[in-house]
Amino acid sequence: MANFSLPANSRVQPGTTHKAPAGAKNVRSFNIYRWSADDGQNPRTDTYEIDLDACGPMVLDALIKIKNEVDPTLTFRRSCREGICGSCAMNIDGTNTLACLKPIEEVAGDVKINPLPHMPVVKDLVPDLSQAYAQLRSIEPWLKSDTPAPPDGERLQSKEERAKLDGMWECILCFCCSTACPSYWWNGDRFLGPAVLLAAYRWIADSRDEATGARLDALQDPFKLYRCHTIMNCTQTCPKGLNPAKAIGEIKALMVEREG
Amino acid sequence: MADVRDALMVGKTSDGKLVRRPLSPHLQVYKPQITSALSIFHRVTGVALSVGTLMLVWWLVAAATSDAAYATASGFIGSWFGMLLLFGWTVALWYHFCAGIRHLFWDAGYGFELPTVHLTGKLVLAATVVLSVLTWIVIFAVR
Repeated sequence: MANFSLPANSRVQPGTTHKAPAGAKNVRSFNIYRWSADDGQNPRTDTYEIDLDACGPMVLDALIKIKNEVDPTLTFRRSCREGICGSCAMNIDGTNTLACLKPIEEVAGDVKINPLPHMPVVKDLVPDLSQAYAQLRSIEPWLKSDTPAPPDGERLQSKEERAKLDGMWECILCFCCSTACPSYWWNGDRFLGPAVLLAAYRWIADSRDEATGARLDALQDPFKLYRCHTIMNCTQTCPKGLNPAKAIGEIKALMVEREG
Repeated sequence: MADVRDALMVGKTSDGKLVRRPLSPHLQVYKPQITSALSIFHRVTGVALSVGTLMLVWWLVAAATSDAAYATASGFIGSWFGMLLLFGWTVALWYHFCAGIRHLFWDAGYGFELPTVHLTGKLVLAATVVLSVLTWIVIFAVR
C-alpha cells in the first residue's frame, strides 16, 4: 500500500557539521544521510565541508575523501569507480545515479546524498537490495532452450537478432531505475520494477531462447508487469542511458499480440 | 495482505540485538521530474473529471425534476464559483484527453525515447492551454 510519509523511526534529523580545513578556498557542503543500527537513533543528515581544490571531480571522489580524511565511519558501496559495477548507486541532488559518474560540478549548491529511495537501510548509504535480487531470480535470467547447442560450436544469431539485445545487455543492475519508480515504491512487494522487467525482456527478445511463452505466462499478472503506468522515471534516471520503460512497453505489446 | 518487504526491515546491532531499520526517504528527497509530474497530473485530472461529472449529473437531474430545481442548479453553475469549477473541469478534460492520446501511443509501442518523451510532454501541456482557452472563447462567443 502506498504510504507517502516516512515511518516515525525513519524521519531524518539534523546532524553534525564537519568544517572545512582553515584556508580552503573552494568549499562545497555535502549533506549526507547517516544511520547506524548501533546508534539507537533516527537517521540524521551530517554535513561535510570539502575543499574541492583538493578533491577529485566526481561525487564518489568526495565520498572517498571524506571516508579517508574526515570520518572513517561513513559507509557506502563502491568498487570500479567507472560506471560498470553499479555499486555506488545512490540518490544525489534528488535523482538516482552512480556517484562515480556524477560530476560534482553538475550539482548547484549543497550536494545532497541519500540512499536509493524507499529501501530498507543497512547503514548510511547502503540499502538492502535483497528484494530486488529475489525478483531478478524469479524471472530466471538465463538462456533456456530445449534444442541442444550445435556439437561443433555456439548457438549463432544473425546481426539483426543480436542487435535486438542492444540497450539491454548493458544493464549493470544498479537499481537506480527501480528505486526511482513511484509504482515500485508503493507496490515493490509484488511489482517487479523496471530493472527486473528489462532483464526479463532481454531474454524474451533473445532469438536463441525458447521459453518466450513461459516467460510471458509468468509475467501475466496484475502486479508483476501491469503496475507499470508508464511514469518514465526509470528511463529519465538510468545512468547508463538505457530505456527500461520501452522494454516494458514491448512486453505489454507481446502480451496483446499473443491474445490474437 | 502483508507487505513481504517488512521482513527486510529487521536489522542487527553489532552485538546481535534486533532493531528495526529505517526506510530510506523517497518523496521527501526525490526531485519532481517532468515524467512523474505529468503522470500524477494525469491521475489527478482523472479523479477531478469523475467529481466534475457529478455536477453535470446534478444539472441534468435538476432539468428533469422541476423549473425551480433547474433554476437552483443553473444559478450555482452560472455563479463565479460554478464557472471557476467549470473552467477547472475543462482544463482537466483537455489535459486528460491529450495525455490519454500520449498513453495510447506508448501502448502501441511508440514514443519511448527520452527526447520524444520530453517533447510530447510539453506538447500535451501546450495543447491543454490552447484548447482550454479556445473552449472558453467559444463559450463566451455563443452565449
